[in-house]
Amino acid sequence: MTTAPPPPAARPAGRRSYKLDARLAGYKGVWVFIECERGQAHTVSWELLGEGRKLADTLKVELAAVILGPPGEAIRGLCDEAIRYGADLCYLAQDPVLSDYRNAPYTSVLTELVNQYCPEILLLGATTLGRDLAGSVATTLQTGLTADCTGLAIDPENRGLAATRPTFGGSLLCTIVTLNYRPQMATVRPRVMPMPTPQPERAGRVIEHPLALVEDTIISKILEFIPDERGQDANLPFADIIVSGGRGMKRQENFQLIWDLAAVLGAEVGASRPVIQAGWASADRQVGQSGKTVRPRLYIAAGISGAIQHRVGMDKSDVIIAINEDSSAPIFDFANFGIVGNAMTILPALTQAFREHLATLKRAC
Amino acid sequence: MHILVCIKQVPDSAQIRVHPVTNTIMRQGVPAIVNPYDLYALEEALRLKDRYRGRITVLSMGPPQTEVALRKALAFGADEAILLTDRAFAGADTLATSYALAAAIKQVHEKLPVDLVFAGKQTIDGDTAQVGPGIATRLGMQLLTYVSRIESLDLDAREITVHRRAEGGVQVIKTRLPSLVTVLEGVNDMRFATLTDMFRAARHPLTIWNKEDAQIEDITKIGLKGSPTAVSKVFAPKPTDRRAEIIETQSGQPADLAATLVGKLFAQHSDLALSISSSSVSSARQS
Ligand SMILES: Cc1cc2nc3c(=O)[nH]c(=O)nc-3n(C[C@H](O)[C@H](O)[C@H](O)COP(=O)(O)OP(=O)(O)OC[C@H]3O[C@@H](n4cnc5c(N)ncnc54)[C@H](O)[C@@H]3O)c2cc1C
Ligand SMILES: Nc1ncnc2c1ncn2[C@@H]1O[C@H](COP(=O)(O)O)[C@@H](O)[C@H]1O
Repeated sequence: MTTAPPPPAARPAGRRSYKLDARLAGYKGVWVFIECERGQAHTVSWELLGEGRKLADTLKVELAAVILGPPGEAIRGLCDEAIRYGADLCYLAQDPVLSDYRNAPYTSVLTELVNQYCPEILLLGATTLGRDLAGSVATTLQTGLTADCTGLAIDPENRGLAATRPTFGGSLLCTIVTLNYRPQMATVRPRVMPMPTPQPERAGRVIEHPLALVEDTIISKILEFIPDERGQDANLPFADIIVSGGRGMKRQENFQLIWDLAAVLGAEVGASRPVIQAGWASADRQVGQSGKTVRPRLYIAAGISGAIQHRVGMDKSDVIIAINEDSSAPIFDFANFGIVGNAMTILPALTQAFREHLATLKRAC
Repeated sequence: MHILVCIKQVPDSAQIRVHPVTNTIMRQGVPAIVNPYDLYALEEALRLKDRYRGRITVLSMGPPQTEVALRKALAFGADEAILLTDRAFAGADTLATSYALAAAIKQVHEKLPVDLVFAGKQTIDGDTAQVGPGIATRLGMQLLTYVSRIESLDLDAREITVHRRAEGGVQVIKTRLPSLVTVLEGVNDMRFATLTDMFRAARHPLTIWNKEDAQIEDITKIGLKGSPTAVSKVFAPKPTDRRAEIIETQSGQPADLAATLVGKLFAQHSDLALSISSSSVSSARQS
């Protein structure tokens, strides 16, 4: 999407001209691209298999995992894992050229697979790799791609994929359909979908797709891979408890109150986008549509209004506590508990109350 | 050296307000700005120009008012600006957008070969990060997304080496020109335009192209008609059945409110205590 969607009153474009030519109507099955680097799959791929399973069941078609990578057992082993996470079959394409992710060879192999096996839906993680690849593949196939979806469903009327994402600048969501093209492509950010439970007893097929790639024909070369230093970055997506502050914290100094509460709870610190823009917290702490999606047990939001772009990143938290001066702030519409008041006085009190409560717990055991 | 920079004019999201009752965007009076991510791309291009000399062409597709964004880019130091504007381009999704932009870039390339195309990481309104990869694919250029640093550029050997953000690390990648680079945010600070620059930019002639000028080959591939995706519905998020239980106490004092909240929290979610005490213990161990 590059333009703002039409206002709600507009005629539903999806129904207007929904027709598939005979060739595209033959496209069947749901595919999930399994993202792997250095022999390890990205968890977003398993989350997508969980979601893809539901779509495939609704459509009564098979769910396939597509695995590209270098030769070797590590990549092969991912097939079993994908099947445990819900795939009925795996397309496996191995070649030394696919050792590191590079746009050109990955695009050509994935496109070739699509053209040969004709899936109706292709899902990828909205990671740096997934977005890079999805854009090229969709352009090569001349099909539609909906980026950063927060919900996927099948339209019962036409069996089409209805992909939902927040619209620009408002508290609204929009559903996007791909009219007369196949496959229907979508990317989904990590942690937006729940992690499925692996089922060890599941069985599935592996279809090996032979490749004959020639390294000399690939123009881009990886000179080096510099891994990120571990432990330095915040690990928000997998945190159990998160304390987040928003613009309502008013000043950088006040943000220390967020850190203080987080320290008592052993929590990670998150923030809304204005906080990142003001430089009060580092960019890897942004929660929301253009930041991280989180699913903690407990999310505490102080001075955050609850705009849709923030909400889509955190409303899958088990319990949400909101502290906001304004009793009509949208965050109270989906939080579990709220305190209407000044965060600068509530936060220290809450830090103290948790500290005391935890102390009694420890004494009890 | 010739660099073409793609910029888009977008409404300033920081100033957008949502109507509290109708839940619709109040666009009136919201100023338009250059997509903030595109400024990093422009600055990176300007830095290469400072070092290697050459020309910078900025290209934008949008309504006639997009002229303002292009003049801004000229004030910063771009040499030429092209506005791609035609009613037929309206309503384009990423596929149709990249088709039109790629066609225009081909025209530019015929007059003066383009070595590099720069784009932003993503727009703040479309927010897809797909237009850059789309252009590269259409023009058969080497694609370098999420670039945090241009390590070296060798115009004679026609090679470029960059650092690109990947999952879990940074790829150092070397490729051949022409290539398309999408620049990561925060990698540079935009320079200032002086008043003289702004006056110069205001007088600078703009190149304005409609679909004929851009020599769009297949007009079924542009605008709304050329877009495989369509918005089928716009709606407000489902109201949850839960509305927050607002904690109130007689005194209304922070300490009482906090204690009441913590009490209720653990009474209703006793399992939480476990994850809190375990994570606070483990983090205490780490420090
Ligand atoms: C394409 C796009 C992507 C975006 N991505 C993200 C994203 O990933 N993450 C994100 O967070 N936002 C994102 N945004 C921005 C989002 O729309 C909101 O602007 C943003 O979330 C608002 O942040 P906030 O709640 O901190 O600030 P505000 O909306 O300004 O809210 C501040 C709140 O603090 C309260 N307050 C003020 N003073 C106090 C006090 N003393 N004590 C207690 N409460 C107080 C106010 O009542 C208010 O509710 C995005 C926007 C766009 C257009
Ligand atoms: N209408 C447009 N005109 C010029 N460049 C654009 C346009 N739309 C997108 N771009 C470029 O493509 C990048 C990615 O956009 P998007 O895919 O919308 O997130 C932007 O940062 C711009 O550099």
